[in-house]
Amino acid sequence: MSILVGNDTRLIVQGITGQEGSFHSGQMIEYGTKVVAGVTPGKGGQTHHNIPVFNTVTKAKLATDANTSVIFVPPAFAADAIMEAVAAELNLVICITEGIPTKDMVTVNEFLKNKKTRLVGPNCPGVISPGKAKIGIMPGFIHKPGRIGIISRSGTLTYEAVHQISNNEMGQSTSIGIGGDPINGTNFVDALSLFAKDDETDGIVLIGEIGGTDEEDAAQWVIDNNFTKPIVAFIAGRTAPPGRRMGHAGAIIAGGKGTAQDKMEALKAANILVVENPAEIGIKMKSLIK
Amino acid sequence: MKIHEYQGKAILREYGVAVPDGFPAFSIDEAVKVYDKLNSKLAVVKAQIHAGGRGKGGGVKLAHNRDEVQKLASEILGMNLVTHQTGPEGKEVQRLLIEQGVDIDRELYAGIVLDRENRKYAFMVSTEGGMEIEKVAAETPDKIIKEWIDPSVGLQNYQLRNLAFGLGLKGVQVKNGIKILNALWKVFVEKDCSLIEINPLVVTKDDNVIALDAKINFDDNGLFRHKELADLRDIAEEEPAEVEAGKYQLNYIKLDGNVGCMVNGAGLAMATMDIIKLYGGEPANFLDVGGVANAETVANGFKIILSDPNVKSILINIFGGIVRCDRVAQGVIDAMETVKVKVPVTIRLEGTNAKEAADLLNNSTLEFLVANSFEDVAEKAVKAAQEVK
Repeated sequence: MSILVGNDTRLIVQGITGQEGSFHSGQMIEYGTKVVAGVTPGKGGQTHHNIPVFNTVTKAKLATDANTSVIFVPPAFAADAIMEAVAAELNLVICITEGIPTKDMVTVNEFLKNKKTRLVGPNCPGVISPGKAKIGIMPGFIHKPGRIGIISRSGTLTYEAVHQISNNEMGQSTSIGIGGDPINGTNFVDALSLFAKDDETDGIVLIGEIGGTDEEDAAQWVIDNNFTKPIVAFIAGRTAPPGRRMGHAGAIIAGGKGTAQDKMEALKAANILVVENPAEIGIKMKSLIK
Repeated sequence: MKIHEYQGKAILREYGVAVPDGFPAFSIDEAVKVYDKLNSKLAVVKAQIHAGGRGKGGGVKLAHNRDEVQKLASEILGMNLVTHQTGPEGKEVQRLLIEQGVDIDRELYAGIVLDRENRKYAFMVSTEGGMEIEKVAAETPDKIIKEWIDPSVGLQNYQLRNLAFGLGLKGVQVKNGIKILNALWKVFVEKDCSLIEINPLVVTKDDNVIALDAKINFDDNGLFRHKELADLRDIAEEEPAEVEAGKYQLNYIKLDGNVGCMVNGAGLAMATMDIIKLYGGEPANFLDVGGVANAETVANGFKIILSDPNVKSILINIFGGIVRCDRVAQGVIDAMETVKVKVPVTIRLEGTNAKEAADLLNNSTLEFLVANSFEDVAEKAVKAAQEVK
């Protein structure tokens, strides 16, 4: 098994005719992902990569029985695109777009309440279950089917972790990029609870970074739920100066909150193996999985 | 994006927030002219820099007459103002705000900020105005009153009353206070702010409620909706290398160490800084070159990194995904032919076509230290920096 995405994923690409959307649709199809529809308002009726394009998500879903969407539309229109997918009652929406205004995401977060749709992202590389489906912009070939789940706020640092897991004769059940923004759809706790129920995930790599308290919440969740699957964690940004946004909108130490030190201590208190050296993620995971 | 106090006050004035009469001044002469325009004997001369703690640092002074304004303006303008937010190197004062003095009865605090845990905006007020709010929050958290704004309905009147009465406002002060607080929220929403802080918000002896200070930050991601705000940016307040990097769409933050780094992706860039430190070095910067690491971006990256004279060694760490490593390697080679790089360069390219990339680098006549792992690149780059005198 895997979580969130797999063999039964039927994908809509919102923004399929844009430069990014078009390129990555090609990559996802090549990987074997079932891309069943594209959505670009005004281009309904056309085809792109031999995939039918629709004007609205609802029409695309009705025509193709899609259950998931991935969003590549520009930041000014991304919040609306997410809400359109939620209103169409898809199971899962993965938003890749970087640079969505925080105010828009506060609204989206409210809109998501009591809806059936799960949001992953925004500002994330996507979700991949190796060998089954790749949804997003990650390079498929570094992944290997396996039994380690990966949850990360980063992009290329996730690839680094994946690469180390693959190089240490392990593979990934599912790798989830939850995104680098202050307000996102799926957080560490959500992803951990999904991996907890997945009997084909034996261990979890958690890649956090400075800013917010998501990592602390994850540590508390591990304690409260007596979670016993081994976890290796790394927190990026120990050397980051406070008050500066380190690339990601969410990676900022503000008002003394969100330091790497606090997060590492909270994780250690939950018996999570915290590595200070990001090059040791794979080897430490291997030592825990015998 | 940060703006100056006087710019913030101009926005507040537009929204009907009571602020003291005042104007900016860029020279001593102008400061005196502004004073003459003010209908007030008592005036305040305030240094305008993008950092808090200006009063404690000696950048805010009271003037009782024209001569004092002239004297204070000449002292403050051009001074190097050091506050807890500027760092020890301080900031040169290039602009002043001259405004009327206010007869203060009580100093309060009002602020709006995103509460990440609750995923809502929080309106905070406190009777402990004039102090650092972080300190109040840590020492006497009960003295901060909060109202979370429900995104589906916005700020409600009962919440405004909770805040106003919580501040101990009485009689006509309540109405004046509610008007100001409501206007602050309107500014926050309509201008896509990331922070508004009025510290102090004051109650005057004649029961007015006035914003004596104004700190407004905007959400960079929302700026595309506000072309009118672009002119408010003061590039002199920013690190020159960071401004330069922004022109090339590179994300650069200057730090104090000597190992310059160029990385693709923010998380990997932070992790690279961390591993440099772990191997006994100090990172000179954060630099995310993003998804397109071609010859041009790499060349620009080199220029930005080398504009910092402390840099003794450069570390390049690229995880190629969609970006092919051999393209990046060719980019680095081309860039080194156009930009004179006199410090050792250590490169690690991993991911798509990493082997082809290593061959390209090894066959080049240029001098590189080629690393084969994350640890290796850190170790070699730190060592290289230590060996340079």
